[in-house]
Amino acid sequence: MAKYWHVILIGMQNTLSYRVNFLFRALFSLVPLMGTIYLWRRIYEDKGEDGEVAGYTLAAMTSYYLLVTVVDALTAVNEDDWQIAADIKDGNISQFLLKPIDYLSYRFCLFLSGRLIYMMVAIVPVGLFIWSLRSYFVVPSDAATFGWFVLSMVMTALLQFLMSYTMALLAFWVLEVSTFIFIVFAFEYIAGGHLFPLNILPPLVQRVLELTPFPYQLFFPVSIYLGQTTGDALTRGLVIQAFWTVGFYGIARFAWSRGIKKYSAVGG
Amino acid sequence: MPSRPSNLRRYLSVYLALWRNSIIREMGFKANFLLWIVVEGLWFVLQLGFVGVLYLHTDRIGDWTKWQVVMLIGAGHCIQQVFQAFFLVNCSNLSELIRTGKMDFMMLMPINTRFLVSLRQVDLGAFVNAGSAVGVMVYAGMQLGLSPTLGQMAGAAFLGVTAIFIHYALMFLLATASFWTVKAQGIVWGYYNLFNISRLPDSAFRAGWFRNVFTFVLPMILVANVPVKVLIDKMRSPWEPLLLVAMAVVAMAASEAVWRISLRRYTSASS
Repeated sequence: MAKYWHVILIGMQNTLSYRVNFLFRALFSLVPLMGTIYLWRRIYEDKGEDGEVAGYTLAAMTSYYLLVTVVDALTAVNEDDWQIAADIKDGNISQFLLKPIDYLSYRFCLFLSGRLIYMMVAIVPVGLFIWSLRSYFVVPSDAATFGWFVLSMVMTALLQFLMSYTMALLAFWVLEVSTFIFIVFAFEYIAGGHLFPLNILPPLVQRVLELTPFPYQLFFPVSIYLGQTTGDALTRGLVIQAFWTVGFYGIARFAWSRGIKKYSAVGG
Repeated sequence: MPSRPSNLRRYLSVYLALWRNSIIREMGFKANFLLWIVVEGLWFVLQLGFVGVLYLHTDRIGDWTKWQVVMLIGAGHCIQQVFQAFFLVNCSNLSELIRTGKMDFMMLMPINTRFLVSLRQVDLGAFVNAGSAVGVMVYAGMQLGLSPTLGQMAGAAFLGVTAIFIHYALMFLLATASFWTVKAQGIVWGYYNLFNISRLPDSAFRAGWFRNVFTFVLPMILVANVPVKVLIDKMRSPWEPLLLVAMAVVAMAASEAVWRISLRRYTSASS
């Protein structure tokens, strides 16, 4: 285990050199988000005093986007997928085949350290942003809700990592994986709930989306926090989320074992 | 003795050669070329989907109806894609040229360095996407029952081109920060993020610092809104188009000035 601690520490040192990049990233990603919030405000303005959109008041809607920002900062993959694909393409993974270190665990440690540094950098702009909209920021109704939210968010982070990892392993088979990564990201962006809360969609579309892993990459923990998912739905959701997480772990392991047979150590 | 070709002809022939190189490069990876078109198309559809969802719950945003916003998104996408076709890769590669010292070769070429650095690669797929954006605009226009005059179309096209020059000038300005810091690529991609707000109808933004910053400093709220407002007869006063043109002139002048100062600072990284 000790060796993975070292990976985390080294990863943190490496990512620290990207701190300015992270700061810009966090700052600039807030701008489109504010644009979206302004857009909603304008829509609610015409609806009058206590107007609602699919059960959301303006305050609830704003709250939703604030939580999306928080969960995203805590769980989203950053450069991990590009780096993994590059490792494979450039033949850098050869060294892991010779050493007693497991590549998936290694990458997971780097993912953790990347998230830690990102959080430390992003806390200033994101914190200020939330502070400026603090009147909209809700706290969960009870400690249990918060607990389920944290549990779900941990699984979200795992799922985010495992899905990106699996996508990046495509580099064993195709030369250029960035297009595939962007295509999956596009689906995640809309079907994960980045752009708008999924429960303002027509019920049929919602039901279709629930069959995909995307809502569990972001929307699900947020809906727990906001008290929209409770009781049976909560239990069922957590089980499905766990199922996807374990499932992608299996796929990731399988893809690696197949990929490594095809791997030809270009340049290594 | 053959006469020296005119400057313009020389630049045109160089630019033609750059195009040829880009075509050859893209055709080397045909599947990838097509997949990038799919990716950009998907993000475009996603934006349209967002509008579709919004208008399930409202029938107007300020004074913008659904198909007007669709036209706005089409215009925003078209402007962004044409900008991307000519300039985006080149702007984001500037920091790489400086970091690796390849800038030396650029400066040694017997041709204007900024010309070469800005236009070296052409992203051909972006033209396809710009075309699909125009298709969406035409469809939205039909839904709105528009029949714009030739003058309106020419005006909108002119303002669209002006908007592209604003994007180019500002992004190039940000990219020249690479002469000072190696992290400029992050800034360039940060700017790219801002394209998102150019697709939102301007009446969503009430007067305030946000609107002021993105009108007078980084005119994101103007770039797509102004050309579209000309097309759909929404333009109430002439100051917005004038402001857009003025911003383009100022931004181009500023980026040229900063570029010259920055070049003087360049000390070749690798040698």
